[in-house]
Amino acid sequence: MLDVGRHPNIELMAYSEVETVEGECGDFKVTVRRKARYVEEDRCTGCGACKEKCPTVLPDAFNEGLGTRKAIYSWFAQGIPSTHTIDADHCRQLNGKKCGICQKVCQADAVNFDQKDRIVELKVGAIIAATGYTVFDPARIPEYQYREIPNVITAIEFERLLSASGPTAGHLHRPSDLLVEAEIQDLEKKARKSQKVIDKFEQKYDQISADFYEAYQKGDFGGDEARAKWAEKYVSHLSIVGPLETLKKEAEGFEVAKRLAFIQCVGSRDFRFYPFCSGYCCMHSIKEAIIANEHESETTSVIFGMDIRAVGKGFEEYKIRGGNQSGIHYIRGRVAEVTEGPNRNPVVTYEDTRERKVISRDFDLVILATACAPNKGAAQLADTLGIELNRFGFFETGKSQPLDTTRPGIFTCGCAHGPMDIPESVAQASGAAARAAQIVTASQMRKAS
Amino acid sequence: MSEKKPQEEAMRIGVFICDCGSNIAGHLDCSSVTEYASALPGVVYAKENLYTCSEAGIDEIQKGIKEHNLNRVVVASCSPRTHQPLFQSSCAAADLNPYLFEMVNIRDQCSWVHMQDRENATQKAKDLVRMGVSKAAFLEPQQDIEASLIPRALVIGGGAGGLSAAGSLADMGLDVVLVEKEAEAGGVLRQIDRLAPHGEKAADRIVEMLEAVKERPNVTLYLGSRVEDVGGYIGNFTITIRPEGGDTVQEEVGCVVVATGAVPLKPEGLYGYDGNRVITQLELEERLSSGALEARNVVMIQCVGARSSEREYCSRICCQTAVKNARFIRERDPEAHVHILYRDMQMYGTENEQMLWDARGEGVRFDVFSPDQPPSVGDKAVSFYRPLTGETIEIPYDLVVLSTPLIARDDALALSQLFRVPVDQNGFFLEAHAKLRPLDFATDGIFVCGSARYPANVQEAVSQGLGVASRIATILFKDKLITSAIVAEINPETCVGCMGCMEMCPYEAITYLPDRKICEVNTVLCKGCGCCAATCPSQSAMLKGYKPEQLLAQVRAI
Repeated sequence: MLDVGRHPNIELMAYSEVETVEGECGDFKVTVRRKARYVEEDRCTGCGACKEKCPTVLPDAFNEGLGTRKAIYSWFAQGIPSTHTIDADHCRQLNGKKCGICQKVCQADAVNFDQKDRIVELKVGAIIAATGYTVFDPARIPEYQYREIPNVITAIEFERLLSASGPTAGHLHRPSDLLVEAEIQDLEKKARKSQKVIDKFEQKYDQISADFYEAYQKGDFGGDEARAKWAEKYVSHLSIVGPLETLKKEAEGFEVAKRLAFIQCVGSRDFRFYPFCSGYCCMHSIKEAIIANEHESETTSVIFGMDIRAVGKGFEEYKIRGGNQSGIHYIRGRVAEVTEGPNRNPVVTYEDTRERKVISRDFDLVILATACAPNKGAAQLADTLGIELNRFGFFETGKSQPLDTTRPGIFTCGCAHGPMDIPESVAQASGAAARAAQIVTASQMRKAS
Repeated sequence: MSEKKPQEEAMRIGVFICDCGSNIAGHLDCSSVTEYASALPGVVYAKENLYTCSEAGIDEIQKGIKEHNLNRVVVASCSPRTHQPLFQSSCAAADLNPYLFEMVNIRDQCSWVHMQDRENATQKAKDLVRMGVSKAAFLEPQQDIEASLIPRALVIGGGAGGLSAAGSLADMGLDVVLVEKEAEAGGVLRQIDRLAPHGEKAADRIVEMLEAVKERPNVTLYLGSRVEDVGGYIGNFTITIRPEGGDTVQEEVGCVVVATGAVPLKPEGLYGYDGNRVITQLELEERLSSGALEARNVVMIQCVGARSSEREYCSRICCQTAVKNARFIRERDPEAHVHILYRDMQMYGTENEQMLWDARGEGVRFDVFSPDQPPSVGDKAVSFYRPLTGETIEIPYDLVVLSTPLIARDDALALSQLFRVPVDQNGFFLEAHAKLRPLDFATDGIFVCGSARYPANVQEAVSQGLGVASRIATILFKDKLITSAIVAEINPETCVGCMGCMEMCPYEAITYLPDRKICEVNTVLCKGCGCCAATCPSQSAMLKGYKPEQLLAQVRAI
């Protein structure tokens, strides 16, 4: 990323979208909408002082909603360009409320609430569409209860939990536990507030609330409005502290997830959703299971798959190593359903096709290896670029030139034209660059002659 | 612009302390660090900046160099990875040799990790700055290394990958030398009948690719020829080519592509392989192609000689080959029974998996077997244990087809030694980085594509061939090769020729000179990693910019 960011021949237009494409191979005219960030990219140094002070807290989409970010934010810490963006939907200032704190704290004077979208026109010889993919939403599969059971998560969510820079600093806390901990924090805040109110009463009357309340209930202070208020506040305080204690006790027993189940082909190889194989998910699950085991050596994983497709260089060896050294057990079969058992443990019901048995087994955490779906905007972009989609919804490519789309001069690479892993995407990216260079050099040679 | 020669002058060091907004200044006292720096030996100017990397910060550096006649610049800010190139080029723009610049990391390695302890963080920043200043005093001006580039590329191997690379390079206007050891180009593709998923004739595809290469005036084709010797390095290779039965020819090229492919394993001794009733997929292709196929009951067995203790890897493309051929058998003869026995059907991606669905729908039978209970091929039937139903099944056959992996070619090892590039435990060429540099070798100027790297189907080999073409274009489109001056040098006076450094060098940048009995660094290939300097028992190998006196100055300042 850094290399791209500082390459003298690359002009990076982040937070921008292609609107129109005219012309032909070797001579395209492209208009790009550079969306307003409300931050001057060339002034912002990425220091992050603004987001420290921003009062608006939102779910962090980069961390799959598992953490929070502010209304002024950078997508992630090492992003290129190293700049910030104001979320116009949630910024107080941009929604007519009084704020502007970010502008005040920005020492680089980069915040600009008056920034507008700009339309930029480009003249290019060739175009490469490398728009990637979307992760399938597993809520569409009712039997896995992704929305209903907190400890059923996606592979990408798991990736964020494993990440040292993620919301749990790399510890495998279960989402159900995180929910309880968030509730504890919330209740503690409330308890502190109500404690203050009660403290005042106790000071005023020089009596402990519990003693007072006992007397009050006996009817000792009939008609005293101030004391009635005290009683009311005390009751509401108890209604906070009681559950808080229960939750705290519950939280003492929380442990990191150590028994993991990975369910493969979630949305892939499934006629209800995507018939194709997403290619990389088997290796992704194996990698996640190995890393989880590296974090905590007692971790064991079961990977449920129809076929384990370890088809890249060194992949089969990696798969075997995972089995031998990282506590991974591979079970052939498609999981029928996931339910929730005691202790908020997800219970996986499956047929072990080797043993010919239907088995229900509980785990600490279930990870869904979700399909590599065509990007949400792929159809619209295809329309803009004047290229066709294939029957699976990815960009259609040529028979003899596998990186050529259906329109001359427009190329593609990576998951934009089908699921694939990193090495293949990287190799294809170079390939698409070569196809584009062939066009551009040819038109330069024509001009020169 | 003429650069000053600072070593003749007194030390005039300028230190720039960056606040990085609040990233540094929020957690340690930058003003105090600046004041401290100004009193260090040799320092004539110290300045605190809000953001040293901003335009204003860069102006300060350049102004400082001019106004205070600085001959060394130290910036204490973030990681060299983020802004060192920017600061160095700013020095150069102010007529100061960019190698007289030293960077001190007081953010990632100081303020960020000691956020809770302002006092000690400030003290540590002072220590780090003092170390940087001490080293700066020993810095020497350097010149970037320049080398010429011959704008031609050698492609070894005329299969799908090699032809794709050659065609693309030629189209970009670069001269290409293509060496193919067979009398005809095309590789394994020549022996294939039809291609998945569209069913076009493989022969047509070869002709199409070959014609596209042949008609280019800038492609020199050596058929029936081998690379016999290699000299030189990136930009300037001398390649000796021997046409079969002829005299050697020399070609000069700037970059090299290894596209030598792989061959299917001949499964001698496995499942009763006899080349007649028990054949390989490749032999099946030949029968399909010639129309000699007569079998009605065909059983295919996957992973023959692969995914075993002896050959652990999955050969990636045999499952798709089997399904493709199963469908073509049934297309010719809809009454034919084809039964595929497999461990995992490796039908990754969109078209492959679709092909699997289609084959099932059309009536090709699939059954899983377990590697501990592999099928056995009898005289008339193949029997296997079917774990799904817990019974042993017999399938009558008149033809058994074994899906065998692609294996490295016999001569791959010799070629790897010739070019001094590595192969992996399976004999496939080993790329520089499995994920981020899949087509590069660690040695500059040499690239790999197609099944020489790892089994690839035609589409993948073609894509990788294109990829290699662009990797080469990024080098050969330039007028000359410019690399960093931070390279190793070996003192010929003290080197005893033990070759310890050679073994450590990851870039094949060190050669042994037998006549002088010493080792020598090729500065064009050297990446400045310093492995040799750390290894050398006689301290003859040294890394410029990190010489012992420079590092010791830093260490002694702690």
